Amino acid sequence: MSFAVQTRDLTLRYGSTVAVDRVSLEIPPGTICGLLGRNGSGKTTLLSAMAAFRRPNAGTLLVDGEDPWENARVLEGVVLVRESGDVLSDRSLEDNLALVAQSRPHYSHELAGTLMDRFELDPRSKHSALSRGRRSAFGTIVGLASRAPLTLLDEVHLGMDAPSRYEFYDALLADYVSHPRTIVLSSHLIEEVQRLLETVVVLHHGKVLLTEDAETLRRRGVCVTGPDQAVEAFVAGRTVVGRQSLGPTTQATVYGDLEPEEIAAARGLGLEIGPVDLQDLFVHLTGKEAGR
Amino acid sequence: MFDGRDPIYLQIADQIRREILSGALSEEEQVMSTTQYATTFRINPATAAKAFAELVDEGILYKRRGVGMFVAPDAREALLGRRRERFFAEAVEPLALEAHILGIPVEQVVDRLRQAARTAAEVDPARPATPQEDR
Repeated sequence: MSFAVQTRDLTLRYGSTVAVDRVSLEIPPGTICGLLGRNGSGKTTLLSAMAAFRRPNAGTLLVDGEDPWENARVLEGVVLVRESGDVLSDRSLEDNLALVAQSRPHYSHELAGTLMDRFELDPRSKHSALSRGRRSAFGTIVGLASRAPLTLLDEVHLGMDAPSRYEFYDALLADYVSHPRTIVLSSHLIEEVQRLLETVVVLHHGKVLLTEDAETLRRRGVCVTGPDQAVEAFVAGRTVVGRQSLGPTTQATVYGDLEPEEIAAARGLGLEIGPVDLQDLFVHLTGKEAGR
Repeated sequence: MFDGRDPIYLQIADQIRREILSGALSEEEQVMSTTQYATTFRINPATAAKAFAELVDEGILYKRRGVGMFVAPDAREALLGRRRERFFAEAVEPLALEAHILGIPVEQVVDRLRQAARTAAEVDPARPATPQEDR
């Protein structure tokens, strides 16, 4: 079972600070969506609203077609795992899992057990006694074993070391293919997760900078390298998100659709055309110079 | 795997084409499922599905309902035919242009080609050494 998410002009404020600013987006059911943005871009606030931890100040938010606020049917199908954990820290991991199992109708004891073994967690350990990496690992176990139709993982994997993160990606994909559901993965580490994603939402200063199919986004960025004048002539009138000069050579990162004929024409002018990595594009689009 | 910066589904499709051409995948053989692709290469299953859809459109793969994806009976021939069509435009013409720029006489290029072709035939005698019919 998979929930869709739709927002329209969704706004959340903390006092006078606007954390989420008229956000309109759609997360199709059954997809893995990457919610990308720099620290403070509003990712956590947006996810908290989807899980009804925070009430929006304005706009609409629909989860599986309904307002999630105080909506028991919807909320038993939404799990939000944050780095802070939301656990009983003075209790054992098995007590914590038992509690999760009570509130999550699709919870899988089997999957939780497998993942506990895989991440080498002792069910009798107290949560407060765990290292940061193991707390993160436990968070991902709660998130995956809940098998919630809307699974929100807020930078939960960032506290884990690289081998554990890859274990997590493998576990996530394996369980997603056998039990499809909507998964929103928020992160600023794009390199590692980009291939897991089907859709991407980039937040910047509380606003949606772009929302796109992940593969389309990868194709949108093009890196043009060649003699200064030729590069400048080619990029004129296009959206240039980054530019580097190396003596007489310029390398420009262009964002936008390029027709195959345009690429062929550029190659004919002696320009080198290369694709841009999603992480690079993200850095360019949300860098200091990027518009507020 | 799949480190190129082209869209991953194109890379997957290319890899399957290469495997068919090299004989690593035979005709009527089952290819990995989208699920296996996703978990083996850590990619979204929708991405793998897109690659398969492209190959089905091209007639390289076909679907057996409820069983999986299989290599089409004439997939290798079809791929070879397309490759041969592109070979002159993509390999020979740029080669001639480059040789011209470098001032290498065409006879010298042809001699070297013959030499390389002999070596290739020795390394892989199974492939037909006789010339394919002209375009």
